[in-house]
Amino acid sequence: MSKKNIKSTSSVSLDNVSIAYGNSVAVKNVFCDIEKNHVTSFIGPSGCGKSTVIRAINRMNDLIEGCKLSGSVIFEGIDIYAEDIDPVEVRRRIGMVFQQPNPFPKSIYENIAFGARVNGYKGNMDQLVEESLIKAAVWDECKDKLNESGYSLSGGQQQRLCIARTIAIEPDVILMDEPCSALDPLSTLKIEETIHELKKNFTIIIVTHNMQQANRVSDYTAFFNTEKKDKDLGGKIGFLVEFDKTKNMFNSPKQKSTQDYISGKFG
Amino acid sequence: MDKASTSKFSLRTRTTSEKLIDVGFKNIVVAMASMVAVVLFSIFAVVYYESTESISRYGLRFLFSSAWNPVTDEYGAFTAIYGTLFTSIASLVIAIPLGVGTAIFITENIIPKYLRNVIGLMVELLAAIPSVVLGLWAVFIMEPFIRPFLNTIYEIFGFIPFFSTQPLGAGMMPAILILVVMILPIITSISKDSLKQVPSKLRQAAYGIGASRWTTIFQVIIPAAISGITGGVLLALGRAMGETMAVTMIIGNSNNFSWSIFAPSYTISSMLANQFGEADGSQVSSLMYAALILMVLTLLVNVFAQWIVKKLSLKYQ
Amino acid sequence: MNYTSQKHLTYNPSLTRNIGNKALTIISALFSIISVLPLILVIIYVLIKGGSYINIETLILEPEPPGDDLLTAGGIGPAITGTFIMTVIASIISIPVGVGGGIYLAEYSKSGRFAKFIRFGSNVLAGVPSIIAGVFIYAIIVSTKILFGSMFSGIAGGISLSILMLPTIIKTTDEALKLVPNDMRRAAFGIGASKFTMITNITLPAAFTSISTGVLLALARAAGETAPLIFTALFSRYYITSFDDLFYEMGSLSVLIYNFALEPYEAQNQLAWAASFILVVVLLSLNILSRWIGTLGAFSKHKV
Repeated sequence: MSKKNIKSTSSVSLDNVSIAYGNSVAVKNVFCDIEKNHVTSFIGPSGCGKSTVIRAINRMNDLIEGCKLSGSVIFEGIDIYAEDIDPVEVRRRIGMVFQQPNPFPKSIYENIAFGARVNGYKGNMDQLVEESLIKAAVWDECKDKLNESGYSLSGGQQQRLCIARTIAIEPDVILMDEPCSALDPLSTLKIEETIHELKKNFTIIIVTHNMQQANRVSDYTAFFNTEKKDKDLGGKIGFLVEFDKTKNMFNSPKQKSTQDYISGKFG
Repeated sequence: MDKASTSKFSLRTRTTSEKLIDVGFKNIVVAMASMVAVVLFSIFAVVYYESTESISRYGLRFLFSSAWNPVTDEYGAFTAIYGTLFTSIASLVIAIPLGVGTAIFITENIIPKYLRNVIGLMVELLAAIPSVVLGLWAVFIMEPFIRPFLNTIYEIFGFIPFFSTQPLGAGMMPAILILVVMILPIITSISKDSLKQVPSKLRQAAYGIGASRWTTIFQVIIPAAISGITGGVLLALGRAMGETMAVTMIIGNSNNFSWSIFAPSYTISSMLANQFGEADGSQVSSLMYAALILMVLTLLVNVFAQWIVKKLSLKYQ
Repeated sequence: MNYTSQKHLTYNPSLTRNIGNKALTIISALFSIISVLPLILVIIYVLIKGGSYINIETLILEPEPPGDDLLTAGGIGPAITGTFIMTVIASIISIPVGVGGGIYLAEYSKSGRFAKFIRFGSNVLAGVPSIIAGVFIYAIIVSTKILFGSMFSGIAGGISLSILMLPTIIKTTDEALKLVPNDMRRAAFGIGASKFTMITNITLPAAFTSISTGVLLALARAAGETAPLIFTALFSRYYITSFDDLFYEMGSLSVLIYNFALEPYEAQNQLAWAASFILVVVLLSLNILSRWIGTLGAFSKHKV
């Protein structure tokens, strides 16, 4: 059953991952190798478990009571769900940007410095704050009000501040859970530009419900779908349908349901 | 013909009586709401009026004198004021870490949810136990139990003024401990509610950049909940200052000032409970003066609590 | 790289962070145990010690004066009825006034200056020490003999308890009514109901369970209060036999506990424990009952 022939270029590998909340299985049997320094997007209709899977990659699901995972998530050759793993350590290497912008109720400067300090940053803090904000393409908006609250920014700026906060801790992988779903088209565009810049240095996994966005930003795409759990009882289980280069996926999908979803027949 | 009278609905136009009921009802509820203000003002007015004699006779000297002599008509409430402030603040110092610690423990996912609910429920039920029953328990069970420990402290640290008298039963220390028991539920349940209201996205943000559980609690969760926690602490302070029965039963009721926390002492409320029934003449007026001081103290604390909750509320939406 | 590179993801128990986290977790667990301990100890002692003195005689006899008979102190019957009667008097006064005040705050003046002041006032009144309520009633009712010449009386005791119940009832009524969705009000107005009809037929029934939760809690608190009674109702060893007796001293469980706990006689102390048993059992039941009602029909957004 164990097939750990992990390619040297892959950063994160999902190996037969199934996740359940309490007794209800949310997503099952996911196999997927995610390439280093590329952008991989997870797409699929709502309820297909794409957010659940991305949250499993840095053990954010630990926060949800009754959430159980079987199979293994391999990060740089280590199963991060093994007994002796420190989830805090994992999250320092695999950062996350959330659906809703969630800056801390602190100043813009502190929002970035806090994470850096938590991770034991030893360099020049002012420089780190500036660099991170520049990389996240929000420096121009922030530079004159670093001491104001993170909440004084607009929604799109807040989200880029959250990206800057994540970049500042120099993770290997950045997870983004529908980072643009709460934003207007202009802010979305800016964040997509940021993602393009970031993939030079980081491995990025992004969950999105927007297929154009997946097409625009990602090198690889994983399509998740749902099936009825039980004919009578209802309830849905998510599963991975297809995982391929984005180009192939959008031009010549192998599965019919992928074709249907991409052409907008459901979802 | 008028349209209304041909209708099947006899009340198409409102009758006078219906309008009267509407207006009357509104006036009644306005009057009832005003009762709060009336009662509050009367309490202040009556207590102030009754204490005018003492206020004019002693003035501010009353606050700094420990004399309490019905024979010579010399009164001063220093011991009681000191006792009120000392017992309530000392109990707060003990209860804050216990209460906030418990609140954190039952809002984090350290143990299964039903166990946390049981702990939360138990602490809140503690608030339902009447003060006089806690007093009874303190007199017969708690005080005899802790006396050997207090004696050990006295034997070792007796040279420090705070521990300089031998614990012989009733005294300030047992009163402080029973106050801790009484204010714990307030601090715990209000802290718990404030911690629960912190949006989960803040916790996720902290975990998402690799903060550990307690870094998240101290640097993100508690700062976000601090207004509620402070409000709860101040409410508890107000409650501790006004608490009467349990304290009266265990503090020893002595107007002799002592620095020692093992010596019998007084609080304003225990002085009232003890002496008011048998007092007459200028003693009543002096007790009313003391009551006025207690009211002003609790009022200040309560108003400050309401103000700080408003002031410190963070906007994190 | 500016971060101490830790290539291993394994849990390192000797890391300062992990030691600190573990220590803090253990401390918070310890604090929880310490916080729960008093309740368990108080309840165990009251139930076991108090329960052992409970029998039919304790429940119905009148208490003997301390020192008369060293073996028996009689019973707590009049104290039970006294507590009941004074709580009823307090409810008769405070429930209508409190609910009425709450209706005004929630239905008539949501954010006017007067309403703000009343809300602030009821918070302040809730913070007034209970002994002050006793002092106040002593000054205006007992010492003035305003109630047909009687001084200490069950009625005076009931009135001072009502002062303590009032703010809680106003607050819970206000908050319960505010939870009733405005759609229901608009619906009632939409079919031409008057405000009085709307409140009595729509919003009050909708908020009924939440209001009764608050009323029960206020009642439970009042029934256990001692400080407001010690110089308003004082204490009596006798049952009331007629309506007139309401105007005389009245015993209560809480004052009985206070008086008899401090007596040097064993028999009286035992009576105090027996009275505590009754009081604690009743109050805890009322509390649990109100919680249960609260979970039953709490008016929430999901339930409309």
